[in-house]
Amino acid sequence: MADILLSSNFQWVFVSAVMLGMAAGMMGTMSNLRKQGLMSDAISHAALPGVMIAFLMTGEKDLMFLIIGAGLSGLIAACLIQGIHQSTRIKEDAAMGIVLSVFFGGGIMLLTIANQVGQGKQSGLDGFIFGQAASMIRSDAMIMGVLAIIVMLVIVFRFKEWKVVLFDPNHAKMMGIPVKFYESFYTFLLVVTIVIGIQAVGVILMAALLIIPSVSARYWTHSLLIMFVLSAVFGGISGGLGTLISAFGEGLPTGPFIVVSSSVIFLVSLFLGSKNGLWIQRMKLSKYKSLKSSHDVKED
Amino acid sequence: MSYTGWILLTASLVGISCGIIGVLLILRRMAMMADAISHTVLLGIVIAFMISESLQGTGMLIGAMLAGLLTTWIVQWFQSKGLQSDAAIGVVFTTLFSIGVILIATSVGNVHLDVNHALMGEISFVPWNLIDVPLVGEVPLAVVLLVTVTALVLMVILLFYKEWKITTFDPALAASFGIPVLVMHYLFMSMVSITTVAAFDAVGAIMVVAMLITPAASANLWTDRLWLMFVLSASFGMGSSILGYVIAIWLNTSISGSMAFATGLIFLFSYVFAPRYGRIAVLKKKRETI
Repeated sequence: MADILLSSNFQWVFVSAVMLGMAAGMMGTMSNLRKQGLMSDAISHAALPGVMIAFLMTGEKDLMFLIIGAGLSGLIAACLIQGIHQSTRIKEDAAMGIVLSVFFGGGIMLLTIANQVGQGKQSGLDGFIFGQAASMIRSDAMIMGVLAIIVMLVIVFRFKEWKVVLFDPNHAKMMGIPVKFYESFYTFLLVVTIVIGIQAVGVILMAALLIIPSVSARYWTHSLLIMFVLSAVFGGISGGLGTLISAFGEGLPTGPFIVVSSSVIFLVSLFLGSKNGLWIQRMKLSKYKSLKSSHDVKED
Repeated sequence: MSYTGWILLTASLVGISCGIIGVLLILRRMAMMADAISHTVLLGIVIAFMISESLQGTGMLIGAMLAGLLTTWIVQWFQSKGLQSDAAIGVVFTTLFSIGVILIATSVGNVHLDVNHALMGEISFVPWNLIDVPLVGEVPLAVVLLVTVTALVLMVILLFYKEWKITTFDPALAASFGIPVLVMHYLFMSMVSITTVAAFDAVGAIMVVAMLITPAASANLWTDRLWLMFVLSASFGMGSSILGYVIAIWLNTSISGSMAFATGLIFLFSYVFAPRYGRIAVLKKKRETI
């Protein structure tokens, strides 16, 4: 068991899983504030056909090509959801359901075909569904880690602009910030964050890594900056812990362990969070009640 | 009946039952809740299997129904604690689904269940799993399950047709009439769960989402009348099951994947040609008003 932890391959995978978790935590804070948590779920499911088409076209499991394929089909899916929602009477959540399930169905069709024609090179493609960090080689891990760091840097260096665009797009326009550009760039970054994670976390559960850490962070703070930092920390811990646990067993899927790790953090935050946690809420309520009752007595 | 006959019958029943329940899902704006339930049902099935050690019949149905209700209840509880609805859904279903997958993948659950089977179903095995039904003879278990569930869903919808209509379109008015809106909500969610689990064997947990949402959304573009929407959605569901099967045989690929894909084809057709809210109709109307 210690052999696995000491192998340099695993250490690379571990470090990049932490980076991925941090990037997803930051990105998730943005998508959560825009109430687009489930959008990331739709995009990650929709990435599957892109992965398969890239594999069938190149005939190889080169992660860079697969990521580009996934990114393209994720972007198309995001545009389709917007398009269906805006041009018909169909609501956004139904549009997401349609695109998510139809793209995923197409992905499963292509996966089955790839399993028949791939001549052995296709083994491991199944891992894209639930994530298989253990099957990653060092170069895959490096791609994932470097792209995650780039996403984080883009967010950090333009933090002020992101903040204004998120909370007050009109004000941002007056300040001369190209809001349209930032909106499209946001979608692009979201898709990048999702697709770099699909090999480690899997298309089905990637959305959880964006949603859960940022939701947890809200229970600890009211400040946006601290929320970003906390969410990144929570995401990083979940990514690392999940990868670690799944490395102990033969062929264990990574995604579910990452999600359960982040859910534990969420439950702790929900109950004990220092700003909005249930325990604090109850304390405030009882304080208020006792104040009120003593006040009532005085009035009598 | 022949092998292909049973498969087509199973697929059509999935399309019909999901198509019917899907209309209410779309109109109540709960499409993503269906996505959530179709995932969490897996946990219910795994736990039911751990207790009863069999993958058949009522135990599975009850487990799935409880999982569906639990999902609904937790999501509502989170919402009452101030969580946004999509965040609540996202947290709950990914967590419960992950626990289900972990139980399957590790020896903890000791479940002889294939994750891929659970996700994608294996409709080609349906005709092999027969049980004896009095008067009819040997019938695949999945067909019996689907017929029962479809009949149940139809009955509940027809019995309370007016109530469904009012609670769906104007919950506040429904409450003022004394209709128990919350009870109806949970009843509806139970129906979604049992439909999901009945379809589970045939098309798998995730493809159910395609069957639930897409035919109903397509029907939504064709008409404003509720009863017609039910009829159209059920026919679209059935049509895409059969179309999906044909595509799968033609390309020699996953049947459930093709079925989900076929719902997309029917939606695309509706998007362009639907007589009421299709693209062409809408553009024509615009031109006439100008």
